[in-house]
Amino acid sequence: MKTSQTVLSVKNLHVHAGSLELVKGVSFDIKQGEIFALVGESGSGKSLTSLSIMRLLPEVLTITSGSVVFAQRKLFELTETQMNSVRGKKIAMIFQEPQTSLNPVQTIGVQLQEVLKLHQHIADAGLQEKLVALLQEVGMPDPIARLKWYPHQLSGGQKQRVMIAMALACEPELLVADEPTTALDVTIQRQILELLNNLRKSRNLSVLLITHDMGVVAEMADTVAVMQQGKIIEQADCQTFFANPQHEYSQRLINSLPKSDDFIDACESEPILEVKDLKVWFAKKKGILQRTFGHTKAVDGVSFNVRKGETLAIVGESGSGKTTMGKAILRLNPVHSGSIVFKGKELNGLSHSEFLPHRRDIQVIFQDPFSSMNPRMSVREIIEEGMVSLKVEVSAIKREKIMCALLTRVGLEPDHLDRYPHEFSGGQRQRIAIARALAVKPQLIICDEPTSALDVSIRGQVLELLNELQQETGVSLLFITHDLSIVPHLAHRVAVMKDGVIVEQGTTEQVMTAPVHEYTQALLKAVPALYSR
Amino acid sequence: MILPVLLWSDLLIYTLIASVGLFLWQLRKNPQAKKRWSGVFSSKVGMASFIVILFYILISLLDSLHFRESLPRLENSSHQEVAYSSDVKSVLDKVLIRLNSRNESTYSAPFSLHSFAKENMTDANGSVYRDYPRLKNGGSHLNDADERAWDVLWRSLLAIIAGMIIAAIPIGLHRYYLARKKEKGLASNNSIPWHVAYICVTLISIIACWMLSLSEFYHILGTDKVGEDVLYQSIKAIRTGVLIGTLATLVTLPLAIILGISAGYFKGWVDDVVQYIYTTLSSIPGILLIAASVLLIDVYIETHSEQFNLTTLRSDFKFLALCGILGLTSWTGLCRMLRAETLKVSQLDYVQAAHAFGVSHRRVIGKHILPNVTHLILIAIVLDFSMFVLAEAVLSYIGVGVDPDMYSWGNMINAARSELSRDPVVWWSVSAAFILMFTLVLAANLFSDEVRNAFDPNTAKGDA
Repeated sequence: MKTSQTVLSVKNLHVHAGSLELVKGVSFDIKQGEIFALVGESGSGKSLTSLSIMRLLPEVLTITSGSVVFAQRKLFELTETQMNSVRGKKIAMIFQEPQTSLNPVQTIGVQLQEVLKLHQHIADAGLQEKLVALLQEVGMPDPIARLKWYPHQLSGGQKQRVMIAMALACEPELLVADEPTTALDVTIQRQILELLNNLRKSRNLSVLLITHDMGVVAEMADTVAVMQQGKIIEQADCQTFFANPQHEYSQRLINSLPKSDDFIDACESEPILEVKDLKVWFAKKKGILQRTFGHTKAVDGVSFNVRKGETLAIVGESGSGKTTMGKAILRLNPVHSGSIVFKGKELNGLSHSEFLPHRRDIQVIFQDPFSSMNPRMSVREIIEEGMVSLKVEVSAIKREKIMCALLTRVGLEPDHLDRYPHEFSGGQRQRIAIARALAVKPQLIICDEPTSALDVSIRGQVLELLNELQQETGVSLLFITHDLSIVPHLAHRVAVMKDGVIVEQGTTEQVMTAPVHEYTQALLKAVPALYSR
Repeated sequence: MILPVLLWSDLLIYTLIASVGLFLWQLRKNPQAKKRWSGVFSSKVGMASFIVILFYILISLLDSLHFRESLPRLENSSHQEVAYSSDVKSVLDKVLIRLNSRNESTYSAPFSLHSFAKENMTDANGSVYRDYPRLKNGGSHLNDADERAWDVLWRSLLAIIAGMIIAAIPIGLHRYYLARKKEKGLASNNSIPWHVAYICVTLISIIACWMLSLSEFYHILGTDKVGEDVLYQSIKAIRTGVLIGTLATLVTLPLAIILGISAGYFKGWVDDVVQYIYTTLSSIPGILLIAASVLLIDVYIETHSEQFNLTTLRSDFKFLALCGILGLTSWTGLCRMLRAETLKVSQLDYVQAAHAFGVSHRRVIGKHILPNVTHLILIAIVLDFSMFVLAEAVLSYIGVGVDPDMYSWGNMINAARSELSRDPVVWWSVSAAFILMFTLVLAANLFSDEVRNAFDPNTAKGDA
């Protein structure tokens, strides 16, 4: 497979935005039937490289030098019309967000048909069979009926399959996949990756895979190129790369993947939070009188407890109700029934003012570091807000001292206090969010996917910080995540959630090494792991 | 002796100016807002349109200082007290005294020396003939009609030079101030395009000088049906336009903000009630509502005539009522936008975090919601302003606008209905109203564009 000829050859590509150089001389070759992985963190220029190959760069960016040779044609010398026949027909692209790439008001059949008609001049008679065959090839169940469906009726994974079918419709030689699985759940990600791999084999297709996930790379790629700040700093075939990474940055990227066999011992202390048979139901209402005729059962009878100084990881895919449950404990969502006992005191049923003292004890860190801070408030105001309203510290001078100490503790400078959130990067913002939660000296912090919006190397740092803080302060963490790979390193115990119920819980080692429930087994199998080959 | 008269609209406009001043003073403490505003002014269009708006506001402020002059004591009167004229004047009237006092008998075209209509006249021999009579005041200093072109040219030249000299004074002072600031080592914000401001100020000063000096000898925008100077009318109408824009906007704001934000924030029955109100209100034709209310007010004035012993008081009351009605009928748009934006913002994590900190509703609204919807409010203020200026013209045109005694562009356009059907056409009155209104509305719209660019988070530059 590796001996075949080169399909795409990029030489010394430079991209500028004004005077700023964003891609600084990138060169690589992709052979036929090969999966070439371009790895890098956000802002490293990997998507820009792929867009330049397609000549789809936004207008503010210009390709200043370099050449791209695709099937003996220099792409930068073609006219726009000639380029249009290359795009789609020879090189096809799939994007991160299948939701936004499909037209919501047309059936997928119509959209697929359009692509086919445009690029392959097929008579109407053969069209239907061709469409069905395509959908079958990408593993869509019941393809004949699905052709009449609208995008919103399909799940995220199915939409991505349709996108792949569209890309395949014109039988390209090169498939550019820009983070094709980032928006998908782990189990779906696994299916899509397998599909890509099969297609590659059956069609002898070359794939340029752009990703930030080293696990995906390890599983899929034949050749790996690591990009950092617009340059390719290391390029090697997959085995050699993972066995012996040369560049220090590549080593860091690989090491930032948490090891899956290093478990924390479960700790034995008294429970601080006990949740019994918690139900969060949202009423479905109808008619003028807003009569309730049914419920959406987001969380349907969940029981667990969190011990003092312990981390409990709640693992589940999107829509499993884990975030809803976290918000219900914080009373940001209404509870239907069940009991939440915090330090021996029942919280459910308390009035707004009765609950106020407990606000201090239970805090939260949100997923998106960009929306979790008011852009119009300075860092000082952000951190101070909780301390003032919960009367943690009345004196302004002492508050100032505490805030400075906190910022230093989470790895920022005290003089960052008077800056505004937009001056910080995602990782720094998440540190501010941690400082804000710690400012009221809570005993339990609910972490709602605090690392899923961060780059891999920064994710490691933030998790490390949380770990250290737990050891220092003895705070308990309820860690909500979809990412099983970070669990072993972090949590004492794990609860796996699916469709609003906990299907399995136990110590991390137990759940990760000997899962009982089949869903847990499926989840574990789906995680792209290093050294799997 | 003069007797100051404080009309309600004067009071409101000065309170408004004071509160804007206070707001700007508060702004100094907020570095982010300061940055955004300086973003508005660092664009050339923003600066120029702001100066034009400022000029309009200045005129309307001058026109809002009212007083009554004392009448000369009657010789046979035994009263000790001074009697005041029932004619309420403003400071602007004093400035434009030459325009105000030199009326003709009927229409005359701009710069014309002759009346627009023929009259019967008797010549030296005593025989009657019909011709266009010379104007009493327009160009009366000329002996021969042929001298007019040179006279106008010469006076224009003088006026332009005078205008430049007058403009040079504030510009020079400002440059001196900047230089002093630099000397002291205070880093001045050099991104502000002062040269655009200088050009604008110079242009405005030249135009003002030219108009003032030429209007002493000619009717540069002609006269209207009863011989009143059109330039004077259209300048007096500035106050009406600016005031209706600001005051009506001011009425819409509290309604829209309070109702919109509470609907979006508290949801549930509050939302239902607010939505019900604004759906009902916006399904009634606005014009109908306004016309009905104006008629009501007319009736009120008739029945309470003792309260309105001066014509100015009456027209001022009617004017304020109109502002109120316009405001009351047009808050729904902003309210709806604010409700939607609040619904969105209140679901964001930082509001949730504030709830988790037990922050009170009042503080959440004040600290988290309101600052993050301000851009909508600011944009709405500036857009509504121009909308109301235009609305006044439309309403006066159909006869339910401001009092016919009040100078307003709408009334001028209304009068133009018959003027435009004459032959030859009397075009100057409607053109004057159009140009002045167009300049104001254009400046306001351009300014609102710049405000939107600087404040809308979707378009704001250099902001993550």
